[in-house]
Amino acid sequence: MTPPQRRRRHPKEQPPPEPLKQGPRKEPERLYVLTGSAEGRERAALDLVTLIVARADPPPSSTPERAALIRLCAAPLSVAELSAYLNLPFSVVTVLLTELLTAELVQARAPIVRQAIADRSLLEAVMHGLQKL
Amino acid sequence: MDFKSSDTLPGPRTEDHLPQTAQAAVKIVIVGGFGVGKTTMVGSVSEIRPLTTEETMTQAGVGVDDDYGSETKTATTVAMDFGRISITEQLVLYLFGTPGQERFWFLWNGLFEGALGAVVLIDTRRLEVSFDVIGRLEESGVPFVIAVNSFPDGPRYPVEDLREALDLAPEIPIVECDARRRASSRDVLMTLMTFLHSLAMTGSLT
Repeated sequence: MTPPQRRRRHPKEQPPPEPLKQGPRKEPERLYVLTGSAEGRERAALDLVTLIVARADPPPSSTPERAALIRLCAAPLSVAELSAYLNLPFSVVTVLLTELLTAELVQARAPIVRQAIADRSLLEAVMHGLQKL
Repeated sequence: MDFKSSDTLPGPRTEDHLPQTAQAAVKIVIVGGFGVGKTTMVGSVSEIRPLTTEETMTQAGVGVDDDYGSETKTATTVAMDFGRISITEQLVLYLFGTPGQERFWFLWNGLFEGALGAVVLIDTRRLEVSFDVIGRLEESGVPFVIAVNSFPDGPRYPVEDLREALDLAPEIPIVECDARRRASSRDVLMTLMTFLHSLAMTGSLT
């Protein structure tokens, strides 16, 4: 039996990936439910795996969903986990977090992204960690 | 979406808390067609029960009757399962299982671009569903390995036949796995990491 046949593609000419420093670009229009109108507002460059840590207890004036976010990240949690536990879309969580970051109620720990020249010690650390599984 | 009481708030179990020392995270994407075993693989190696993150987008409707510039919009929700492995007290690895469609690539910031690499999980019964995503990984220069999730009723091809059918460069690893087994899924991730490491050694990581 012969498997179906694919044809190889090649890297497109493109600038090196800088996913965390992006200006305005074409994106699907998102729904903002809890955040009011976020049109034209700057959103912090948050990755799915940016770790968020609370810097303080939620102020009494916090809305329930903001208070919930702050309480959730008493220990570090990724934006993806916050989105999952709060059952909110990723983009809504990033808008909420942008406000909390601006108010210095939470702190963001940026992820390590793939580099043109990979950090070998990072790769080795991951390999070592997987070996222990 | 009720936030009535702090007692009922959802959140990680105590044993699922990351230490305060966790400084940074890295991610690996597991990509493949529906039903190929992505979530199974994520679940078999994850230290937490797999979670789901969602994104909602609206799309302008493209209808044949839409002759008067009246736009209809539909909201689409796309979901992605993920898991987590603590590597050290400082470093955390996240695994995202995602379908191969293009919308996933831009919906989540840097999902693929920032990932260390990708595992393309394939099912030999439906090899062709992986063609497009492999092509897009090649185009974007995201390093990847192929993992063949062995289904009992799937056709078995010799690795070299698969390499030819998938038209893969000779250096790209192809491994068989059983996504249900932790050790097997771990070995797939290790194959990816070893491959990334060899690319780093030769300096050919794009």
